[in-house]
Amino acid sequence: MAQRTTEVIVGLFMLAGIAAIMFLALQVSGLTPKAPESSYTLYANFNDAGGLTPRAKVSMAGVTVGEIREITLDRETFQARVVIDVNQSVDNIPADSSAVIRTSGLLGEQYIDISVGGDMESLGDGDTFYSTQSAMNLERMISNFASGQ
Amino acid sequence: MEKLAAIGRLGLDIFASLGRSGRFLAGVLGGVSKPSVAFPLLLKQLYSIGVLSLAIIVVSGLFIGMVLGLQGYTILSDYGSEAAIGQMIALTLVRELGPVVTALLFAGRAGSALTAEIGLMKTTEQLSSMEMMGVDPLRRVIAPRLWAGFIAVPILAAVFSVVGIWGGMLVGVEWLGVFEGSFWGNMQSSVSFTKDVLNGVIKSVVFGFVCSWIAVYQGYDCVPTSAGISSATTKTVVYSSLAVLGLDFVLTAVMFGDF
Repeated sequence: MAQRTTEVIVGLFMLAGIAAIMFLALQVSGLTPKAPESSYTLYANFNDAGGLTPRAKVSMAGVTVGEIREITLDRETFQARVVIDVNQSVDNIPADSSAVIRTSGLLGEQYIDISVGGDMESLGDGDTFYSTQSAMNLERMISNFASGQ
Repeated sequence: MEKLAAIGRLGLDIFASLGRSGRFLAGVLGGVSKPSVAFPLLLKQLYSIGVLSLAIIVVSGLFIGMVLGLQGYTILSDYGSEAAIGQMIALTLVRELGPVVTALLFAGRAGSALTAEIGLMKTTEQLSSMEMMGVDPLRRVIAPRLWAGFIAVPILAAVFSVVGIWGGMLVGVEWLGVFEGSFWGNMQSSVSFTKDVLNGVIKSVVFGFVCSWIAVYQGYDCVPTSAGISSATTKTVVYSSLAVLGLDFVLTAVMFGDF
């Protein structure tokens, strides 16, 4: 086979490989080339963080508005302190909103849902949620129900 | 006593063979020839090793993806979560089946051919006549083949994964009626580029290197008879498959294990 033809075919082969990697990156893993949106930090204290993990989503009305940066234990209150990054575009969360840990589906992953309050003031960078609701623990619910409480 | 000596000899043979293969590898990688000479040789090998393997890779990828789609649908629909089929297919292919099956197919399709070709060159004394002419066979014959395998396997593995995911989508979305949006959405939310896709690429790079190393070494080191070539070809396929599966366990434990 002529040298030229081989070159072209091998070039196409390499191109197919690059295209395949690009497809895996963009379509399969959903990697978006745009820079991450700038965000501000909110805090929430929970009695029980349940199965919440860093990088889990934070949503309002079902729309993702941020993600969890880290979860630590507050040494004084023995509560879970969750650090949340909220997108800068959502800067008008009412100050009396509450953070609720929910599960997507019956057995899905856990995420934080912000149920919106009615205050005129809004939460700013570094504020803490006034009210929170901890993870629903199926086992505890069943044992409470069984013991009639 | 005889038996003990035989075992000892076998062990020494294995160590000597390992040592020879290491020195061989150093010889191949150490000698860098001029790009103007090396590039056309590499191109020719990339064509015969990589491009000609595309057909078997695409067909097997398609069928494996379709089987994953069918099996996943049967199991997941029991729990009413057949939308998770997308993430199941993508994770299985990108993490495991893509690199491993590609490397196994590569060892059977291209590795055995490499061994037989180099073995025949050795048997017909083409390699030693090259040396007589002052041409280093390691650089002229072996190095382009080793590099070609090293470059081709990751590309083939990526193509395999993509075709497999497409085949799974064909079965899951087109035939069995899983909603297309949740197929891709679940996949994108659970597959991470650095953790899953890049680790799969690293795996296939390692497998490509090991498979082509074994293939060219077995050819170069074979007993120069027709029986020697046939046993070297068998060894290539057996050793490559074992090395790929063993290394896959080690790499998976390092990449995805929690320790």
